[in-house]
Amino acid sequence: MMSTNMTTETPPAPASALKNLGEVRAMIKRHKLNDYMFSLIGLLALTLALLTLLTLFTDLVMDGYQRFNMEFLTEFPSRRAAHAGLLSAWVGSALVMLVTFLVAVPMGVAAGLYLEEYAPKNWFSDLIEINVTNLAGVPSIVYGLLALGLFVYILDLGQSILTAGLTLGLLILPIVIVSTRESIRAIPIAIREAAYAVGATKWQVVYDHVLKYSYGGILTGVIIGMARALGETAPIITIGALTFIAFLPPTPVTDVAPFINFEWLSSGFTVLPIQMFNWLSRPDHAFHINAAATGAIIIVVTLLMNGTAIYLRYKIRKNIKW
Amino acid sequence: MHTKFVKSFTVATLLAATFNSHTAVAADKIIKIDGSSTVYPITEAVAEEFQKSTKIKVTVGESGTGGGFKKFCRGEIDISDASRPISQKEMDACKEAGIQYIELPIAYDALTVVVNNKNDWVKSLSAADLKKIWAPGSSVKNWKELNPAYPDKKMGLYGPGTASGTFDYFSEAINGKAKAHRTDYTPSEDDNVLVQGVSGNEGGLAYFGYAYYEENKDKLRAIPISAKAGSPAIMPSPEAVMNGTYQPLSRPLFIYVNATAAAFKPEVKAFVNFYLENAPALVKEVKYVPLPPEDYTAVKAHYKAMKPGTGFNGTPEVGIKITDLLDRIK
Repeated sequence: MMSTNMTTETPPAPASALKNLGEVRAMIKRHKLNDYMFSLIGLLALTLALLTLLTLFTDLVMDGYQRFNMEFLTEFPSRRAAHAGLLSAWVGSALVMLVTFLVAVPMGVAAGLYLEEYAPKNWFSDLIEINVTNLAGVPSIVYGLLALGLFVYILDLGQSILTAGLTLGLLILPIVIVSTRESIRAIPIAIREAAYAVGATKWQVVYDHVLKYSYGGILTGVIIGMARALGETAPIITIGALTFIAFLPPTPVTDVAPFINFEWLSSGFTVLPIQMFNWLSRPDHAFHINAAATGAIIIVVTLLMNGTAIYLRYKIRKNIKW
Repeated sequence: MHTKFVKSFTVATLLAATFNSHTAVAADKIIKIDGSSTVYPITEAVAEEFQKSTKIKVTVGESGTGGGFKKFCRGEIDISDASRPISQKEMDACKEAGIQYIELPIAYDALTVVVNNKNDWVKSLSAADLKKIWAPGSSVKNWKELNPAYPDKKMGLYGPGTASGTFDYFSEAINGKAKAHRTDYTPSEDDNVLVQGVSGNEGGLAYFGYAYYEENKDKLRAIPISAKAGSPAIMPSPEAVMNGTYQPLSRPLFIYVNATAAAFKPEVKAFVNFYLENAPALVKEVKYVPLPPEDYTAVKAHYKAMKPGTGFNGTPEVGIKITDLLDRIK
């Protein structure tokens, strides 16, 4: 059958090809133009996005540069704009981030591992999958309302660092789950098969191979999620963060046994974006300078976090050789 | 499956209870304040100074007057900042929860009506003019419609959002009923947005607290207001508010103190005394208008006597004297 096909469909004669050459060249030219046009549009879109960010950032720095000093980071909020600082806000942000990390990473990685490695493939796990993806797109204020009802009132955790950390942990959970699953999927099946072939149990495969090799991707997802959580304002306002707080929560580490305490978890707090929002809504222009400086700091920290994520992913990938 | 769920729920509750007991330990020395964002700068200034001199911790939130009263009537905070008197609904909520409060006027604010710098046609407005503009269902969309002498210019209206105490007071003072207000205007909870709106719109008109005008004098023009057509139009200023001539748009600001906290928590008692003692200086510093000295004396006496209750019937009142207000509560 193949041979008959070959004989019936004779290749075009060289002469006709020469005749069409002009047409073919025109076609190639046209397609190249399309290529060129698309790369131009892409470049334009990229430039536009970067320029927007750059303009925004430059504007914030120009407005706020006077406040870039140590005092700004070591002073509590004050009615005198020039002496008002970020101390309670950045400590609050850091502690909330710590709780967020401790909540989102174990839960997210475990859920991702389960869905990818253990869950039976049926309609129910499909349903879960759709819901997890959907959760990533739920507006953050909805998480705030959930947290207000569940954590603040039903579980009675109060308007505390613990509540905020749990809320933001839930918020970035889908991001962690999705990135965990994606980096697990990137591991070649041969690795697993090889491990099983030498008699490894499922847990040994998961722990010694799957988890080790997907580590870089998971870390990236976690850091990007944390960077998002850092800038979140709506859910934190909903659960009732404070605005003026001129003292720090009790330290997590103490000098008396047992050397750690958990009182800070139930402390009231404020975070960077809320402090910025408060300053921005003041009548006094001097406070707007503080707000701009805070905005610039949030952007720098976010960029640093994302940069670390990219660097770590690159470094870890380089060390993996399959 | 079911028992497992119950078990994990119990664990969660236990966990919550553990943290909660910590809250109780940590909370007994913290004075918690929340409420109006208009009153916030004053309370913040007092809290800052109080904390410096006594080392007692104070936290201040700004959930708005309504949000503050919600927390106050649930007993979550000791003091509620309010830019309007407590409403009937809030009184009921507090009563149901068994929470009594002491109502203390602490400063004045002058609601200021502003227009764009390029607006040179409006010299003054009467309360009746304002009502014509802001009444519910008002159809004034052009300056010409307000007064044929004004140019044919589109009017751009900006004002606070409906949840704000400023909105409640303005509608009471101008339209005669709290919350009776036209709805087709650009609302924002952030007064700086209103400032930007009017400074970018030649036909713009807005109202907000005096402090925002004071900081933006170069971008906006305040309009003198007359209480009745024909009576002299008064420019908003601290003096005009203090001598009672800037009517009907000057309003008192309040703090509501939880009566139980005031009686049994020495730090709350000390804080409120400190508040009233230092209000004259600090209120001026954050660009609000202090009460006359004799009124502060009356408020202090009122606080000392610990008379719970409100002098209002659930709605803001216009042009009321502080001493008369305090006398109503026996």
